[in-house]
Amino acid sequence: MSNIITVKDMCLWYGEHQALKNVNIEIPEKSITAFIGPSGCGKSTFLKTLNRMNDLIPGVKITGDIRYEGTDIFGKDVDVNNLRKEIGMVFQKPNPFPMSIYDNIAYGPRTHGITNKMQLDDIVESALRDAAIWDEVKDRLKKNALGMSGGQQQRLCIARALAVQPKILLMDEPTSALDPISTSRIEELVLELKEKYTIVMVTHNMQQAVRVSDYTAFFLLGELVEFSKTDDIFSQPQDKRTEDYITGRFG
Amino acid sequence: MKRQEYSPYEENAKKFQDERMESEIEAVNLARKKASKREWAKYTEKIIHIIFLLLGLITVGCVLLITVYLVISGIPAIREIGLVDFLFGKEWASTASEPKYGILPFILTSIYGTAGAIVIGVPVGFLTAVYLSKLASKKVKSVMQSAVSLLAGIPSVVYGLVGMLVLVPGIRKIFDVPDGASLFAAIIVLAIMILPSIIKMSITALDAVPREYEDASLALGATPIETYFKVSVPAAKSGIAASVVLGVGRAIGEAMAVMMVAGNVPNMPDSLFQSVRFLTTAVSSEMAYSSGLQRQALFSIALVLFLFIMLINATLNFFLKREKE
Repeated sequence: MSNIITVKDMCLWYGEHQALKNVNIEIPEKSITAFIGPSGCGKSTFLKTLNRMNDLIPGVKITGDIRYEGTDIFGKDVDVNNLRKEIGMVFQKPNPFPMSIYDNIAYGPRTHGITNKMQLDDIVESALRDAAIWDEVKDRLKKNALGMSGGQQQRLCIARALAVQPKILLMDEPTSALDPISTSRIEELVLELKEKYTIVMVTHNMQQAVRVSDYTAFFLLGELVEFSKTDDIFSQPQDKRTEDYITGRFG
Repeated sequence: MKRQEYSPYEENAKKFQDERMESEIEAVNLARKKASKREWAKYTEKIIHIIFLLLGLITVGCVLLITVYLVISGIPAIREIGLVDFLFGKEWASTASEPKYGILPFILTSIYGTAGAIVIGVPVGFLTAVYLSKLASKKVKSVMQSAVSLLAGIPSVVYGLVGMLVLVPGIRKIFDVPDGASLFAAIIVLAIMILPSIIKMSITALDAVPREYEDASLALGATPIETYFKVSVPAAKSGIAASVVLGVGRAIGEAMAVMMVAGNVPNMPDSLFQSVRFLTTAVSSEMAYSSGLQRQALFSIALVLFLFIMLINATLNFFLKREKE
C-alpha cells in the first residue's frame, strides 16, 4: 500500500505559540487513519493543515514539508482550490448550506464548472448513495437541508464532500455532535467509504478509533508521539505516554 | 383538685401538643406570608406588564393618530378635485387664477428619484458591505465603518448644501445644461444618503452568516469570492433585501436635501436634467403660505406619500416573512 500523504518535520505556530512540533507521518492510501489525543494536542490543527484550511487563520506559520501524491502542497504552482477539491473535509458540527438538499450536493460540482442538469442529477444521486442517505432523501431533494436531523445532516455533508470526487476525506470529529445511533451509522459508512477513499479522522473517542481505524496516531502537546497500526498501538504501545493515555490515566 | 390528677405524662403530652400547635400556627403564618408575597409578586408582575403595554401602545397610538388625521384631512381635496385628476393630472398650478392640482409630476419624480438612487446606491452599498464584512482587514473595516456611521449622522441639510455648491454647478459644467439643479442631482444626493442604511444593515446580515457555511464551501474547493457570493450572500439575502427596502423608504421620505438640489419646480420629469419637485418637497415648499383648497391638497399629497411608505413597509414585511418560511 502506498502513502498518499507524507509529512516531514512539520511545525506550526499560531503567532508566538507553537501548536505542532516536528510532525513526521506517512498516511497510507485507501485506509482509515485516526488521530487521537487530549483536547488542544494539535490533532485538529494538523488535520486542517492537510487541506490548507489553516491558511485562512491569520498569524499561522507553517514550516516543514507536506506532500500529497508527491507534490508539495505549499508549492508555488499548487492551486489551493484544486487541492481542497482533492482533499475533502467533513466538519465537527454538521454544516449543510441553507439550501435544498439537491443544491447542497450540487454546490461543489457546479463550482467546478459542471452545469449540465443530467450530469448533476447523476452526481447528486451517486454521492447520496455513497453516503447511504439516498433512500431517506430521494423524495425530498428540493426541501431545505436544515429540516433534516443532525445525523442526516452530517451524512449529507459527507455526500456533499464526495460529490466533488475527492481522493482523501478529512473528518474532524464527525460524530461528536451526534447521538449514538447516528454515530454508529456514520461509522458504518466510513468503513464502506474506505473502499474508494483515504480517510483521516480526528476523534475524541478511543473506542471509535479502535472500531473503525486501520492506523492510529497519538498526539500530545503538539507532538506526534506514536503512529502505527491501530491493533498494535492499543495492544502494545511503544511509548509510555501513549500507554498512559489509552489506559485512561490522563486525558 | 382535678389538676393534680394530671400525670406527668399527660402534662408532657399537653406541652408537646401546645408546641405542635404553636409550630403549626407558625407554619400557617409563614405560608400565609409566602402566599401574600406571591400574591404581591403577581400584582407587580401584572402592573409592570400593563406599564409596558401602555408604553408600547404609545407608538401604535401615534401611527393610528397620524393615519386617521391624514386620511381625514387628505380626503376632502381629493373629493373636490377628483381622484383621477388629482393623481394623474400633469399640471400643478396651485396659485394660478384657475388653479390646477395634478400631482403626477411629483409622484413620477419621487418614483424616478428613488429608483435612480437605488440603481446607483444599492450596488455600491452592497459591494461595500461584502468587502467590509468579508474581505477587509480589521483596521480597514473599523476605519471605514466609522466613516459610514459618520455619513449616516450628517444632517440632510448639509447634503443639500454640498449638493448645491458642488454637485449642481458640476452637473451644469459637465453635461453642459442651463441649470444643474435637476432630477439627476437629486438622484446622486439620494444615492449617497441611502448608502449608510444599506451598508450597515447588509454588513449586519453578512456578519451573521455562520463561519461554518463558508468553511464548508472553501473546503469543497470554492474560491473565497465564490464562497461569499454563492453562500454568504444567499444566506444573508433577507437582511440585504431589507436593507434595500429601508433605503427606498429613506429616499422617498427625504425632503430637505432634494429640495435644495432638484430645482423645486413642478415639472414633469421628462429628462434627467429637468428641474423637478418631489412629493415631500411639494408639501413643505407651499405649506407656509397655503390656504383653502391648496392647503387641503397639500394634505392629500402627504396622504399619497404616506400610502407609498405603507406599501414599502408591507413589501419589507412580505420579504422578511417569505424568507423565514
